[in-house]
Amino acid sequence: MPGRATTLGNIVRNPTAVAGAAILAVVILSALLAPVLFPGDPLDIVTQPFLPPFANREYILGSDSLGRDVLAGIVHGARVSVLVGLASTAIGLLIGTAIGATAGYVGGRVDDALVRLTEIFQAFPPFLLVIVLVSIAEPSVATITMAIGTVSWTTIARIVRAEFRSMKRREFVVAAECLGYGNLRIIIHEILPNTLPPVIVTTSVMVASAILTESALAFLGLGDPNLVSWGSMIGSGRDQLRTAAYLVELPGTALVLSVLALNLLGDGLNDALNPRSRKR
Amino acid sequence: MVISRMMISHRVAATIRRTLIQAVPTLCAVIIIDFFLLKLAPGDAADAFAAEAGSATAETMTALRVHFGLDQPLLVQFVAYIDNLLHMSLGFSPLYGMPVSQLIAERLPGSLELMATALVFALVIGIAIGVLMASFAGGPMDRVLSIVTLLFYSVPGFWVGLMLIVAFSVRLGWLPSGGFETIGGGLTGWAAFVDRVRHLVLPATSLALFFVAIYARLVRASMLEVRDQDYVRTASAKGLSRRAITLRHMLWNAVIPLTTVAGMHVGAILGGAVVVETVFSWPGLGRLAFEAMLKRDFSVLLGILLLSSLIVILVNMLVDLLQAWLDPRIELR
Repeated sequence: MPGRATTLGNIVRNPTAVAGAAILAVVILSALLAPVLFPGDPLDIVTQPFLPPFANREYILGSDSLGRDVLAGIVHGARVSVLVGLASTAIGLLIGTAIGATAGYVGGRVDDALVRLTEIFQAFPPFLLVIVLVSIAEPSVATITMAIGTVSWTTIARIVRAEFRSMKRREFVVAAECLGYGNLRIIIHEILPNTLPPVIVTTSVMVASAILTESALAFLGLGDPNLVSWGSMIGSGRDQLRTAAYLVELPGTALVLSVLALNLLGDGLNDALNPRSRKR
Repeated sequence: MVISRMMISHRVAATIRRTLIQAVPTLCAVIIIDFFLLKLAPGDAADAFAAEAGSATAETMTALRVHFGLDQPLLVQFVAYIDNLLHMSLGFSPLYGMPVSQLIAERLPGSLELMATALVFALVIGIAIGVLMASFAGGPMDRVLSIVTLLFYSVPGFWVGLMLIVAFSVRLGWLPSGGFETIGGGLTGWAAFVDRVRHLVLPATSLALFFVAIYARLVRASMLEVRDQDYVRTASAKGLSRRAITLRHMLWNAVIPLTTVAGMHVGAILGGAVVVETVFSWPGLGRLAFEAMLKRDFSVLLGILLLSSLIVILVNMLVDLLQAWLDPRIELR
């Protein structure tokens, strides 16, 4: 597999992509280890309110207006971001790939209808549609994930459709048809693996934008009320912006670093997988 | 000259026909989806009315449902909804005690002002950064700016807004932290204009940063794409200055993708406005949507959703027209 080794090599040689991957590793580890590092509900009151950061050894990042541990909140908040980011992207990928592959492979009227469907979804401002969907269904991690997945598939559908259209007539597909392979087998085993590079690059951007959407929902008070999230921490810290700005600054920094890491990784993947677009 | 002008007008007419053929069914589908979302929403206008009034008997609830036509079959309600839309009516908001369309008309100018300012700001700064990055491609300036734009791309608008308030309102005290104008300031003329601009700076910046990043990266990529092409080399061979080549020949290549992307992101700007308007107490549609959501006034929420889709469709039609006019090679589909 010389091709794969070069791809991996290109990513490893790219310092910004490595930095992105390192930050992401920390975020994912915090999400996984949160119940071990900070057992108990991070929404519990554990100390006096408005403990400033770096003043107390037990609560390193201080406490909020109710006396909840800020660091515990940030570490547990990673769970919601990682979960919603990955799950909603998986839903978006699934819907987008199914629609894009069908449209591109079958063509004709089916293609026209599916392109029209994509255009209809693109006519809705995504964030507004998410707000409407979540407030109709009552906010929870499941409904937020479904709502973000529902609005995020259109880009993937367009990419996959374009790839399928260009590959449908290639020799290897015609060869597979001659061998008598079924349509589903050709779609999944022959064409789909070849569409992966652009899809992988877009996936990192989708996870980043899903995390941003979840945080904006939680900031507006539409997050899962039983779970702490970076957006909800920023939302509740907003009232103390003049006296305790750290309540907004700290979870915001965690949020920005995670999203930045995903975008750095996306850029690195783009350079590695699409060598033609590499920075000259 | 005359012939080419006739061809342009023919092309524009054909583009209008084609986009209308595409836009009208899309709009119909949007209306249908909006109607069924409204029906899926928990509670109806009668519930909202009763909640606002504090208490209601079963009889008054029934009377309200008859009044709003909610006792009718779904299809009849749908026809009534379409009829209302054709009369520019988006229903009645029990919460605000006025028609939704009137409510939206009051808030629309504020949102448009904010979004237009943010868009112009994003285009100007984004193009400037993109030209700088492309001119020094591969150098330290390019690297630093590409990290900066990636940061802009990663920062949520509401957090930028709060950080700008901390820096420029709380710490430095230079700019107001929210609102649309100084209330009770009694300002007129130039002073009133300056006051409005001062209120606009922070929210417009918060909304614009994400798009600054997108436009800057797009301009850089489009300019580098043509750097080695024959017509740029010819321009350089005939002795044009570097600046003239950069601006007139290379930057021009970015105009079409810029308009495409700007059109694609209208919906995103509308969504961003919801959050930014909430942070800055800006009296626009976004904040109205947020208030409606909090009080579960779905008629208002869906009215805004429908209007936003309409704006998205219209802007994309305009972009298509603009492109047909700018670039005769763009194929008529």
